[in-house]
Amino acid sequence: MSVTTLSPRGVALRQPNWFARLLDYKPFLIIVCLAPAIGLLTVFLTYPLGLGVWLAFTDTTIGRRGIYVGLENFQYLLSDPLWWGAVFYSVFYTGVATFGKFALGFWLALLLNNHFPFKSLLRAIVLLPWIVPTVLSALAFWWIYDPQFSIISYLLVDVLHLRTTNVDFLGSAWPARFSLIAANIWRGIPFVAISLLAGLQTISPSLYEAAMLDGASAWQRFRYITFPMMMPILAIVMTFSIIFTFTDFQLVYAITRGGPVNSTHLLATLAFQRGIAGGELGEGAAIAVSMVPFLVFATLFSYFGLARRKWQQGESDD
Amino acid sequence: MTDAVAQPTKVASATPDTMAWDSRARRMMMIYLPLACFVIILLFPFYWMAVTAFKPNAELLNFKEHNPFWISSPTLAHIQHLLFNTAYPRWLKTTMLVAIGSTFLSLLASTLAAYAIERLRFRGSPYVGLGIYLAYLVPPSILFIPLATVVVQFGLFDSPLALILVYPTFLVPFCTWLLIGYFKSIPYELEECALVDGATRLQILRRITLPLAVPGLISAGIFSFTLSWNEFIYALAFIQSSANKTVPVAILTELVSGDVYQWGALMAGSLLGSLPVAIFYSLFVDYYVSSLTGAVKE
Repeated sequence: MSVTTLSPRGVALRQPNWFARLLDYKPFLIIVCLAPAIGLLTVFLTYPLGLGVWLAFTDTTIGRRGIYVGLENFQYLLSDPLWWGAVFYSVFYTGVATFGKFALGFWLALLLNNHFPFKSLLRAIVLLPWIVPTVLSALAFWWIYDPQFSIISYLLVDVLHLRTTNVDFLGSAWPARFSLIAANIWRGIPFVAISLLAGLQTISPSLYEAAMLDGASAWQRFRYITFPMMMPILAIVMTFSIIFTFTDFQLVYAITRGGPVNSTHLLATLAFQRGIAGGELGEGAAIAVSMVPFLVFATLFSYFGLARRKWQQGESDD
Repeated sequence: MTDAVAQPTKVASATPDTMAWDSRARRMMMIYLPLACFVIILLFPFYWMAVTAFKPNAELLNFKEHNPFWISSPTLAHIQHLLFNTAYPRWLKTTMLVAIGSTFLSLLASTLAAYAIERLRFRGSPYVGLGIYLAYLVPPSILFIPLATVVVQFGLFDSPLALILVYPTFLVPFCTWLLIGYFKSIPYELEECALVDGATRLQILRRITLPLAVPGLISAGIFSFTLSWNEFIYALAFIQSSANKTVPVAILTELVSGDVYQWGALMAGSLLGSLPVAIFYSLFVDYYVSSLTGAVKE
């Protein structure tokens, strides 16, 4: 059996046909290997990215090719209170949600870094909000925020008697804004906690032992060992978190669709409303492009975080 | 770990009999109590989803006579309605098709790309790697409008094929980055031996590198599957007909209708739509955690 399978392979190795030889030619092989990935990314990422910038300078609508209109779309946006409202809420949403996610996520990571029974089970459960489709958990939040049958209102009014009326979560601007932020924090905690936990586990215990011998308090150990050692990974996780919170779409679209009275529009939902639902592709693209400066800022933030890590580790660059 | 070590040494200077109590009560307050709060808050929406899905409508909207946290007479009516009166099975099938198709496509593309970048090492390969990494930082919210016009140009509007082709834009960067890390951990000497023995590059990839990178491939695969199952904005923008919608989009656009929301059916749909990924997740928890943290550490 083994002999019969071995001999044809041996022959094939000694007399490779032209195709096999071509595949063994390194430059050709490199091109073949990179072609699918680069091809997909070029056609469906780089090209649309460029097209998006071009669309932002045209007055394209659905079904009609636009003409170049220069900065008109952007000038219009600058005079549009809805756009300014979306910019404000995007920044506010990202700022508050990121702060909440990292404060609570870091705390959860520190808690999970202790020894207790069923630790791996707990770690698995904690990640669940991040695994489940966002829209579906957002629907659960929508139901939790229901004006009449909200379970939170029930708890506050009928069980704890803290209030006499139901909480109006999504009916007016500020409660709706904070309700969405709460849902975003809920969804973001697991990712932050598990990523930071991985970072915590790489900190050598001997550092803490040395600090304790020197009489450092728990707070001092956190402030002078844990926090500085976590800086690089914090910077990376935070960049990702900021980018994906700032460009968030699903949560807002599922729960409020930008309402009440457009008070909870993020730039992404506004772009969708104008670009796809309203058909003004050029204007929608301009709104999407207006997110880019914020994202570049976040990426630079990450770059300097990474640069700092290299500096901390000496010259090795991995 | 450090805390467990820290408490006894610190309290050791106090009187021995208060030590044990103090340490345990402290541990209770500082670790278990907050941990319990976290778990309750993180899991409550799922509990609420499940409870709602099996409650009859009368109970659902009457908190005065029924305890809302429990179901007195569970019913399968919502799930039955979902499976037999709506196109839900069809949506599940489409979602499954799209998720499997795009996962397969991205695994293929990113395995080859990661192999070329990490193992074939050519001039500029770090820059190609960096370029692919940067692609991960481009969020779908910026791309969906121009992508919609591209999809229309290709004649793929309203077709699941559009989603299969578009999802790799966010899957390939992630998978490539993950697999580069895995390939790095495989000793290069193994490949050199095979080269000396006369194996071709593709034979090396198939017989040596890939079998050793199976954990990485599984991680990348389940991650891609989950991400494409959860994707929303592209599916919302590119699919119009009810039959071709994916589960997240269909629940939001087809089941939410009118002013009276069918919460039972909505929650049943959310529960059923979450189950496949949740089951998948429970089977591969360790891979998830390792890929999540691996991708961050790289």
